Amino acid sequence: MTSQKSLLEIEDLKTYYPIKGGILQKTKGYVKAVNDISLTVYKGETLGIVGESGCGKSTLGRTILGLEKKSGGTIRYRGEDISSLSERKLKKYRKNMQMVFQDPFASLDPRQKIGDALEEVFVIHKIGSKAERKRRVLQLLKEVGLKEEHYDRYPHEFSGGQRQRIGIARALALNPSLIVCDEAVSALDVSVQASIIKLLKDLQKKHNLTYLFISHDLGVVRHISDRVLVMYLGKAVELATTKQLFDNPQHPYTKALLSAIPRPIPKRKKERIKLEGDIPSASNYPSGCPFHTRCPIATEQCKISEPKWKEIEAGHFVACHYA
Amino acid sequence: MPAEVMMEERKSGQSKKAGFLLDTTKNLLKNKLAVIGLIIIVIQVLMAVFAPLIASHPPNEQNVGAPFLGVFSEGHLLGTDNYGRDIWSRIVYGARISLIVGISTVGIGLIGGIALGLLAGYYKKLDAIIMRIVDLLFAFPGILLAMLIIAILGTSLVNVVIAISIWSIPGCARIVRGSVLSIKNQEYVLALRSIGAGNARILLKHILPNCIAPIIVFATTRMATAILSTAALSYLGLGAQPPTPEWGAMIAVGQNFMWDAPHMSIVPGIAIMLTVFAFNVVGDGLRDALDPNMNLN
Repeated sequence: MTSQKSLLEIEDLKTYYPIKGGILQKTKGYVKAVNDISLTVYKGETLGIVGESGCGKSTLGRTILGLEKKSGGTIRYRGEDISSLSERKLKKYRKNMQMVFQDPFASLDPRQKIGDALEEVFVIHKIGSKAERKRRVLQLLKEVGLKEEHYDRYPHEFSGGQRQRIGIARALALNPSLIVCDEAVSALDVSVQASIIKLLKDLQKKHNLTYLFISHDLGVVRHISDRVLVMYLGKAVELATTKQLFDNPQHPYTKALLSAIPRPIPKRKKERIKLEGDIPSASNYPSGCPFHTRCPIATEQCKISEPKWKEIEAGHFVACHYA
Repeated sequence: MPAEVMMEERKSGQSKKAGFLLDTTKNLLKNKLAVIGLIIIVIQVLMAVFAPLIASHPPNEQNVGAPFLGVFSEGHLLGTDNYGRDIWSRIVYGARISLIVGISTVGIGLIGGIALGLLAGYYKKLDAIIMRIVDLLFAFPGILLAMLIIAILGTSLVNVVIAISIWSIPGCARIVRGSVLSIKNQEYVLALRSIGAGNARILLKHILPNCIAPIIVFATTRMATAILSTAALSYLGLGAQPPTPEWGAMIAVGQNFMWDAPHMSIVPGIAIMLTVFAFNVVGDGLRDALDPNMNLN
């Protein structure tokens, strides 16, 4: 599937949020939402990003799109550094990178008709005449499985699945090459999830899209992704092809995550790895390996030194002293 | 694919075309008190617009031969005042002044308040500055602030409008800011930014229309306050000057003859009360009608 041509190269990306306090609003510390992530996304692939809530996977997606300000590192799109572009120049790149949002009930302006919402994309980028825009919107609606008569309706007249289709149409409008799907199916019923995933796959094939598929649902990620990145507390802990990761997980956190997937045949029990304690706060970062506070195999070394990001077999990266 | 879409569509329920405006009107008409208020407002508007046709006499026409006539006197429905002027006619023309003052103060107040509220809510850096100024304005009791402004500008109806407008701005700014703060964190604002929408477009085309409901409610109840304040300032002699048929000024004149001709101040008093009551209940009704989730029966 992957043609191994890189589309996006991310290097040491950091997104920190300052914590302010006191009368003078001095910065007391930082929430390290994305902490030193390096990653290459290949053209035409689907890269799944998984992790617990609050591990920074959504922030990673938003930072890549320039919706959050990065604190350090670089993002290169087709070899060009886009992370320090001005707002004006960024607009051009926005065309290439779009996003599908999590909550289909919050991601559409309730006072705007669907047709107008989609046309607005073209108005902002000054594309086409009025008639052309409308024709293109109708075409988009059809492409995501909606009908022409939906053009004049308001968001509240649609179901969650249909709204998500509208969200996909909006992301698709500018012919992007990369779409970040931020928990795009998490809010939907299972049956609707399946149809949306099918739609995403069909569109990927047709338009040669690259997806960053952010989700906490490992089953969905396994189904749709070519490669998977596992994140913990703003850090990348493991990156591998889907097969490698699910067949041969190396990081203890990945193992614990995989053991938590519900199995269709309950009798065929596999040992469940239970993690003790809560995820530490990203504002009070643990020393050494960020996972050592909950890791079943942690040693003294893990508390002191941070494990390196190493490649243990072709395309399989992991950050653990014992992998 | 079509089969799946149909499945999804069935869940979405029947499409409601006209939607928002119709729903609001329907909800409003269910509220009996609001309907009464609405009727009073309509009557007042008709009185103001067709004043020359409705009034039986010119409002300032004196009839020295027939002063202090009581209510229901022949030819003078609500009697006459100390100069023999027809009170009914003066009430009718007074409605005009009240409405014009009310609409213009609320209008100016809204323009200022919405602009400040949008900026304060959307731009974090402006927020602190704008809201501190607003807090400062809030620190003065309203009437006192209006009197202060009139003391600077001089007494006249136009200055009353200016004074009450300025006093309306902070309340409106706070309401708008609050709405903007909650709306700007909605996912659709992020979605707009990701398709490349600029700040002006997001603010004016998307955030403003979504905070219109609290603004409408504010404007309606504010009308009541504005009309009442105009009357109060005129009563104190700071607003409309005689012989302008302003309700507050009419009460002020009437109180000199309180024992001999009580209708001179009671009639305009009732007019003020009904108007303020009407705008308040309609404002309350609108608040419930615009937010069906907050049903407080």
